[in-house]
Order: sequence, then C-alpha cells, then structure tokens
Amino acid sequence: MAMELVKEKYSNAINVVEIGSPGAGAIKVGGETTLPFLFSEGGMPNPPVVALEILDCRPEEWSDNLKSALGDSAKDPVVWAKAAVEKFGAKMLCVRLQSMHPDYGNRSADEAVSVLRSIAKEVRVPLIIVGCGDDDKDNDALPRASQELKGTNSLFGIATQDNYKTLTATALADGHSIIAESPIDVNIAKQVNILISDMGFDPKKIVMHPTTTSLGYGMEYVYSIMERARLAAFMGDKMLSMPFILFAGQEVWKVKEAKESGKAQGVNWEITTSVSMLQAGADILVLRHPDSVKAVNEYIETMMGGSK
Amino acid sequence: MIIIGELINGMYKDVGRAIVNKEADVIQHLALDQVKSGASVLDVNTGPYSKNPKDDMKWLVESIQSVVDVSLALDSTKMDVIEEGLKLVKKRAIINSTSADEDKMSKIFDLAKRYNTQVIGLAMDKSGVPNNKEKRLELAATIVAKAMEYGINTDDLYLDPIVLPVNVAQTQGAEVLEAIREFRLLCDPAPQTTIGLSNVSQGTKFRPLINRTFLAMAIASGLTSAILDPLDKDLMDALITAELVLNKQIYCDSFLDAYRKK
Repeated sequence: MAMELVKEKYSNAINVVEIGSPGAGAIKVGGETTLPFLFSEGGMPNPPVVALEILDCRPEEWSDNLKSALGDSAKDPVVWAKAAVEKFGAKMLCVRLQSMHPDYGNRSADEAVSVLRSIAKEVRVPLIIVGCGDDDKDNDALPRASQELKGTNSLFGIATQDNYKTLTATALADGHSIIAESPIDVNIAKQVNILISDMGFDPKKIVMHPTTTSLGYGMEYVYSIMERARLAAFMGDKMLSMPFILFAGQEVWKVKEAKESGKAQGVNWEITTSVSMLQAGADILVLRHPDSVKAVNEYIETMMGGSK
Repeated sequence: MIIIGELINGMYKDVGRAIVNKEADVIQHLALDQVKSGASVLDVNTGPYSKNPKDDMKWLVESIQSVVDVSLALDSTKMDVIEEGLKLVKKRAIINSTSADEDKMSKIFDLAKRYNTQVIGLAMDKSGVPNNKEKRLELAATIVAKAMEYGINTDDLYLDPIVLPVNVAQTQGAEVLEAIREFRLLCDPAPQTTIGLSNVSQGTKFRPLINRTFLAMAIASGLTSAILDPLDKDLMDALITAELVLNKQIYCDSFLDAYRKK
C-alpha cells in the first residue's frame, strides 16, 4: 500500500499587516495558513521581507566588516538611507534612533527626530522606526517621531510588557503599526499583545518580536518559541496570530564569530541565522550587511518558488 | 470546547411567556447575550407548555437568526417540530436528540442525513437511564453503529452519558465521567461528547459551585462540548481554566481575557 503523507489543516491564519503608505511601495506581511514554505499544506500569500537597518548617526561601534561594506555612505544617515534603497536594494528600511542613547551620543529627541525627518523625505520605502532602548528617551522621542510620520503607516517599536502605553497610544493616534516584544517567552508574548489590544489598538496592526539571538547563542530556543506560538495561532489563538519580526543583524554583529573574523564569515553568520529564522516563521528580518540582504532575498525567492 | 447555550427553553418562565406573547426581543437578547459570553451553538426548545410547538419553533428560529449567526441545536421530542426548525436554519444544525431506541434512531438519523445535521445521542433507552458506565457504553455503541449505517460521520455525533442530580444519584457522577472518557474510544474519528450540565445540581443548594466543579472534572475526562448557561461567568472562568490546565490554550497572565477575545 502506498504511504500517504499526513497533511495538517489549520483553522486560523496569521494576520496580514500592511506597512508603508500606498504611494511608498506599501508591503504586506503575514497571512500564512501553514508553517513556513510548506506549500502542500497551506499558503504564504506574502513572502517574508528583508529590511536593512541604519542608524541616525555614524555606526562607530559597528564591526569593521560592516563599516567597510557600507563605505562612505555610513558617514551621513540620509546618504546611508538612500544607499540602502538605491544601491543595496532594500525594500524596507529600519531606522534605529541610536544617537539618543545616553551611552551613544545622548542627543536630544529633537535632533533624532530631525534626522528621521530628513531620511523620510529622501526614501520612498516602508519604514520601521525603533528607539534607542532607553525607556525615558524613547517615550520622549517616539511620540514625536510618530507624529512626524503620521499617515505613512510605519512600524514603530519597541513595546514591552513594562513599557507599552506611550508607544501604543501614539501609534494608535497616528495610524502606525507596533512591534510587541517579549523575552523569548510565549506567555509574555501573548500577554503583551493583550495589553496592547486592551488599549483599543487593533491586534491586526501588531508585529511580534519574540527576541532574536544569533547562531551559536541559543537560536534554537527562539526557534522553538516561534514554532509554539505559530502552531497555537494556526489552531485559533488570535492573541498569537501576529507576524514575526526578527532583528537578526543586531544580534549577529554582536558576536565575535561574526565581527572579529573575515568578511565572509560574518556575512555567512547573518545569512545562516536569517535562514533559520525564516524556517521558524519570520515575516520581517532586519539585517545589517548588504550582501546578507541580497543572499537572503535570493533564498526567499527560491523557497517561494515552491508555491507556484 | 463547543459551548451550547441552554437558555432559550420554554421551560424557563420568561422564555415561556415570551413564546406565548411573541416577544421577540426577549429571545433575541438571550441569543445575543449567550453568543457574546462564548456560546457557539444555541439550544432551542419550545418547552413543555407550548400549545403549537411547530409554529413556536419556527418563530424562535427566525427570531434568533435575525440577530445571531450561530448553529442551533433543535431540541424537541417531536420529529415534526425539529423538522420545522431544520427547514429554516442558515447554519448546520444539531438535532437534540435521539435515544438508543431503534425506532427513534432510524427516524432521527434519516432526518439528519436529509438535512445534513449533527446529532446528539443520549445513552439511554426505553428502559431508562443506565446506572453504570458499562450500560452507558453499550447504548452509546448502539448509537454509533446506527449512525454509521446511515453514513453519518462519527465526529458529527455528540454522545451524552446523561448526567443525574448529585443529590438523588450520587453514585452516578463517577460513572458518567468514566463513560465520557471511554466514549471517545468508541470509534475513529472520535465522537464528540456532551452533557446537559445543569442537571447535575438540580434541587441542590449550591448549584453554580456544583456545576462548575463537575464541568472541570468532565473536561479533564475528555468532554468536548456541554449544554450550559454561558451567562454564569464563574462557570465560564472554570471552563477556560480547565482547558488552560490541559494545555489547550497557551498561558498568559490575562488568559481569561485572551480566551474571550477569540
């Protein structure tokens, strides 16, 4: 007797979140009805998207591997943003307002927002805006940044269980989507989504950040959390049905295997981490090296070929 | 867990009165409130005092369907009353119910086949309600076999072991829980199981407490559906918590809220 493959059929799909305004190449993410690239069981109507990350200041602390790839463009955030889109082919841009951080320049919120304004004027791709990671600074700057970008339908982060109200209220007022973060913990991931939606925020405008780690640093744990959340979502859990965003570049370029070895290894580290995250269900990947962006986009295209 | 709301039943005074006076708003309120509280199916019973149950069933189904979009469990001992409802339902219905008696089963399964419905099968027959698990299983197996004869999918069957009031049949609680567990093993795909929950506390002093305790125990035994009062918030909290403990929902601090947002 021929063996038949067991096929799962799920009752619920991942939410579709649109980022960007229609005039600026809005991109939809999510909508999956099965695990990644398992086209015999269900669909992935929107391919995963790779965003390139830039800072609102010079990337002084970044690895030489990265700085040499970015060349002169990284000396000015606006030039960097344009290069990311025009030269490196980024379809989505992630701007980190790093310069405000007390340890990295301690610039004022006004200065950071002014740089962001200049960047937004120059590029016409969907934007992800994340703060510097200092709650006080972020709660001061992100509402202003949100207002500045009102109507662009951008993705703002990062909301956590202990600091979500300011960002949620401001994103709600200005029509943006929001990144909800949890510390590799599916219970907290669900809780943050509920807290945010309890404020009247549309759950279909939330993107989850399950926390990212690099290859070699517990990536498997993140993978298992993502898979558990995904399966629960497919079985009907609406509070876990959000697309995933993974800041792979940020994690990979922290580890010595990537930043202290030759260029090829760093890029390969970023690609391998990214590909694993895609297989776990990543919808948006935020990367730093232009060569990784290119390679990961090729991988996505190849894998999506299975849907045809 | 499939929650069948029990409140639209002419046995209740306000519903009985609303049926007589054709007060659609009373029925519609009950329908909306039950659905909002988590019912995915509504039981519809014209009650024992209805003078014209066919017309009343028709009126109830129409009144309910004009405000909610859920399945209905048409609850009557009379075939023609059930059929009157089946002619009107917009979503796949459940017939409530058949016993394990041959003549009753043939009629009900024939109707179920013609109208493509699901069926609640009561583990009892003309000789009454069994007083042990074994007899319940035997009757449930009879229902499953008959349903299969009619080409009805076994997962479209809801087997009801018949819950009895704890103050008059105290030995039956454990028998019913065992029966629920074993009903699930009768066939593949496994049948659904259901209970008329409120019966367990009939005539007792602490009805809500007994109801929710028994429900949690039945869920642990594998119950997949129950006919209950979804407006009893403590009861629904117990149901949600029981499913959480069984790993059917992912925990978060606001798990009650999360379940209700589904």
